[in-house]
Amino acid sequence: MAKRIDVSGLSAFYGTHKAIDDISMTVEPRSVTAFIGPSGCGKSTFLRTLNRMHEVTPGGRVEGKVLLDDENLYDSHVDPVSVRRTVGMVFQRPNPFPTMSIYDNVAAGLRLNGSYKKNELSDVVEKSLRGANLWNEVKDRLNKPGSGLSGGQQQRLCIARAIAVEPQVLLMDEPCSALDPISTLAIEDLIGELKERFTIVIVTHNMQQAARVSDRTAFFNLAAVGQPGKLIEIDETERIFANPSVQATEDYISGRFG
Amino acid sequence: MTTTVIPPDSPPSPPPPPPAKATPTRPGDKIFRGLSRGSGILLLVVMASIAAFLTFRAAIAISGNEGNFFTTFDWDPAGNPPVFGIAVLLYGTVVSSVIAMVIAVPVAVGIALFISHYAPRRLASPLAYVVDLLAAVPSIIYGIWGALFLVPYLGGLNSWLDSYLGWTLIFDKTEIGPARNLFTVGILLAIMILPIVTSVSREVFLQVPKMNEEAALALGATRWEVIRLSVLPFGRSGVISASMLGLGRALGETMAVATVLSPSFLFSGHLLDAGGGTFAQNIAAKFDEANEFGRDALIASGLVLFVLTLLVNGAARLIIARRKEYSGANA
Repeated sequence: MAKRIDVSGLSAFYGTHKAIDDISMTVEPRSVTAFIGPSGCGKSTFLRTLNRMHEVTPGGRVEGKVLLDDENLYDSHVDPVSVRRTVGMVFQRPNPFPTMSIYDNVAAGLRLNGSYKKNELSDVVEKSLRGANLWNEVKDRLNKPGSGLSGGQQQRLCIARAIAVEPQVLLMDEPCSALDPISTLAIEDLIGELKERFTIVIVTHNMQQAARVSDRTAFFNLAAVGQPGKLIEIDETERIFANPSVQATEDYISGRFG
Repeated sequence: MTTTVIPPDSPPSPPPPPPAKATPTRPGDKIFRGLSRGSGILLLVVMASIAAFLTFRAAIAISGNEGNFFTTFDWDPAGNPPVFGIAVLLYGTVVSSVIAMVIAVPVAVGIALFISHYAPRRLASPLAYVVDLLAAVPSIIYGIWGALFLVPYLGGLNSWLDSYLGWTLIFDKTEIGPARNLFTVGILLAIMILPIVTSVSREVFLQVPKMNEEAALALGATRWEVIRLSVLPFGRSGVISASMLGLGRALGETMAVATVLSPSFLFSGHLLDAGGGTFAQNIAAKFDEANEFGRDALIASGLVLFVLTLLVNGAARLIIARRKEYSGANA
């Protein structure tokens, strides 16, 4: 179910402004890769190029290649809609569909794809909610609106919604930044379980979180405000945090940044 | 910060509690509270006096009516005995407004979605402007346009509907004549309420939070599916309010209806036959020449329109409130 991501020479633009410059990296299947770096360094932008969400922003444009196994996501014949069905995404702020029940939220992706049998649907919903460690908390109120849950539960609901369509890759854009420490812990545990099945990429501002959940860590930085963000280095998480090969990484991690 | 200075010769007993001071108030707050409360009360007073006036005059008329106010197909308050009833007016008002809503709401939602989500920015703002401009056209102009343009040009559509949908009876045209009928009025009203429904819906659609739309996009939704999953559910109550604003205008529209329709109190369920009438049109047509009692009778019909509008608004509020927890307002 999980695929390898191979990025080469990727730059992203907002209109004429270059947001990230010439990024190349490989993300292994069934692993967690964390993106860290100061605000504005383009890590979220880069994440959004991996499921072609970047180009939804007015003026958004991408150059370079993103290979999912062997297929370039930016080939002219590739449909961005089908890319987003293969590469799921979880956002910074929990965004369940406010008008839908918990059940319908999880089922939404399957209903979009249209390829399900009616009796399968409730199985998939249960499996996804169990997969997101939310089943026991919501099984008695599946028909209540998803917006009535707590922030942490809503975020797990969004994860359940994303994994219900069995994506190859799961992108997470600061999934815990709006959550309290207990909910954060629940999500981190969940990430540990999900990496058995999915390739996971997570953007985080929380260094400890990167150290706790990820196998590999990529550090992004920018030379100055207005300059494009660059990938400084990517390596085993232990090495990045113990003995990075670039001075800037060590400065950032140890708080001596800027 | 105030300090209480105890004179040295006071007894050593515990000092009396300082007198309770009123919370400090600022004149700006007082004035503004007075103004806003005053406006609220003024509105209630105006509404109550309108209702009282209408009810009082209507009561005089209805008590002097020798026919049944609700079922009589005639309007002759000056006759002997005086006979008048609102059946034809109620039917005409409701039917022409329903036709207007059926045509205008889907078109308006379509235009609003096009402006908010499909059109390139260069096209969206001019288009929005043109739609708003439609609202600035006075209703007498719509009436003249309707009478001189719509009526002759809808003749063809009328015969077509008569030939192919005549078996439904409502589209059966039983007489030959110009299309000065409720169907034409409905179409004209649809055009007139289009701008208000469109611009309110457009504003609501533009307010859909980015993150709701991205949620759908990230699941692999196409543009239409994004609209179905996040834009329409979020905008639902706004579209209902917009439609009610439009319906309010359609129910009360006077000049345009009076110019296009050739009124009569012969009841006919056939939409394409000339005749019928609406509350507002009937009042405008007869008020000048009516005697005191005739005016009271017209006011009685106005009271029914007033109540009808209240009921419509109440129903809309009920629809919005019923699924409030799903409305997105608590997200």
